[in-house]
Amino acid sequence: MNAIIAEGLVKTFGTGDKAVHAVAGIDLEVPKGQVVGLLGPNGAGKTTTVRMLTTLLRPDAGRAVVAGHDVIAEPQAVRASIGLSGQFAAIDENLTGRENLWLFGRLYQLSSEQARKRADELLEQFALTDAADRPAKTYSGGMRRRLDLAGSLIVHPEVLFLDEPTTGLDPSSRLDLWDVIRDRVREGSTILLTTQYLEEADALADRIVVIDKGKIIAAGTADELKARVGGDRIEIIVHQAASLSEAAAILHRGSDGQAVVDEHMRKITVPSTSGSKGLVLVIRDLDEAGIDIDDIALRRPSLDDVFLKLTGHRAEETQELEGAK
Amino acid sequence: MTTTELTRAGTGSVSSGGLGQAFRDTMSIAWRNIRGGLRVPDTQVYMFIQPIMFVLLFAYVFGGAIQVPGFEADPLAYRKILMAGIFVQTMAFAVAPASVGLSDDMHKGLIDRFRSLPMARSAVIAGRVVSDLANQFVVLIIMMVCGLIVGWRVENGALGFIGAVALLLFFAFAMLWVGAFIGLSVGNPQVAASAGLIWLFPVIFLSNAFVPPQTMPAVVRTIAEWNPVSAIVAACRDLFGNPNPVASDAWPMQNPVAAAVLWCVLITVIFAPLAINKYKKAATK
Repeated sequence: MNAIIAEGLVKTFGTGDKAVHAVAGIDLEVPKGQVVGLLGPNGAGKTTTVRMLTTLLRPDAGRAVVAGHDVIAEPQAVRASIGLSGQFAAIDENLTGRENLWLFGRLYQLSSEQARKRADELLEQFALTDAADRPAKTYSGGMRRRLDLAGSLIVHPEVLFLDEPTTGLDPSSRLDLWDVIRDRVREGSTILLTTQYLEEADALADRIVVIDKGKIIAAGTADELKARVGGDRIEIIVHQAASLSEAAAILHRGSDGQAVVDEHMRKITVPSTSGSKGLVLVIRDLDEAGIDIDDIALRRPSLDDVFLKLTGHRAEETQELEGAK
Repeated sequence: MTTTELTRAGTGSVSSGGLGQAFRDTMSIAWRNIRGGLRVPDTQVYMFIQPIMFVLLFAYVFGGAIQVPGFEADPLAYRKILMAGIFVQTMAFAVAPASVGLSDDMHKGLIDRFRSLPMARSAVIAGRVVSDLANQFVVLIIMMVCGLIVGWRVENGALGFIGAVALLLFFAFAMLWVGAFIGLSVGNPQVAASAGLIWLFPVIFLSNAFVPPQTMPAVVRTIAEWNPVSAIVAACRDLFGNPNPVASDAWPMQNPVAAAVLWCVLITVIFAPLAINKYKKAATK
């Protein structure tokens, strides 16, 4: 059974020449208990998709059923069965953590007593008990996200939407939040997670849907997607830029493909089918030639490579461009 | 287990919906606005310092210099007529918290969160109106106490007093919708703060609130006489039994209470639907 079904979702902002096709026909099926990662750069249409599935935005075309309810015909029933944690922690900064959760509980139509109990449970579960009675504006970024996430779990939602849950968090807070999300997964939640971090989708999602410019360009497990890019690669970073060409020649000799040289990073990458044996040979040859290296590794293709292959541009690049605008 | 109970309670009571739910949700939002608002220094200044400051400044700085035509004999006459003006001005300032509050909620994504919850659609905006009206009521009480201290008096009995307070709150209510409309239109709290207030100063000063219109040039005087603020100020003075230097044949000045009520109804009837419409649009895009 599917917890989320979307068929031909379309959303266009503006009209005429200025029309932005934010979502240009997306089909999605998320079986109950699965975690699906919606992966794409900024402006790919991830958030717009989530907003349509959570009744915040009316689709121009297509239909969607979430937790068994049509998002257009029965929005209140959908809202009662979902939790949404947004890109920007949507909590009231002037209320304490406890007050925020109590308020959300009340608005989920719990009684005052139930809301209070549930707030206590969640504060405990999200390690916020110590800060529970401080206004949320005193919280760190990670604490805000945890509170925001707690707010979306008030009624044990059947389907949880996490829109870029870790964007802007420092690495350790991000790992903390991943653990919290994994706990939800263990409890059997169905989760639709959007992210621009490839390793995040890799770490959390059962299945990954890659979207770009409002369309799905690939879908599958992380391994399936990686398989589309090809096999392992050897990657080295030389100590001195001067030795780049000599090193590239050595790598090229021992491999079955073209060496790619990144002069700026002093990085050379070649495809390799001989695994760690090939790596040992390369190290030996480099050593004999007297070339100093800063780093050497045998790399499996990352989702970043997948993205590059599928879209022709890197996820991070797009992100920077968007940011520079 | 609590877990299952909560899930059932959470989804089960949604169908109960209706007016009861709308009322509960409105009160939850109003509670949140008041509770959170009181922690913000701006709100504290707005509620407790600003009213006192205005009363004292006008009473002691302007008070001595301004002669009220027709009441030269009473040294406290200006303070008596001043208070109604300050009350009305402060009620008009209700625009600010409403516009800043709602635009802040939009800006921070809280409106999105509320909209993803199974709560009454009307509660976000209704809760704002309820909480801001409650704030204005408290501010009004503080100002009245200040007024009594500097020499203002209620001289027309309890009914007149209640009528004046009701009228002031009705005016605040009407202005809250103006504020809600502005706040939801600009969607940025900084812009809302200035867009909500800047036009109010000429509106308030081009009236009989602080200076009798008799002293103004003819054109300005006509504007002042037909200004909604003047009608409300004059009505309050009449209802409180304060001196009211009317020297005008303009209808609102001759029938201030009727004019004041009409203005408040008119402002509400125009701006409430506009604000609600803005909310729906901002919400559904």
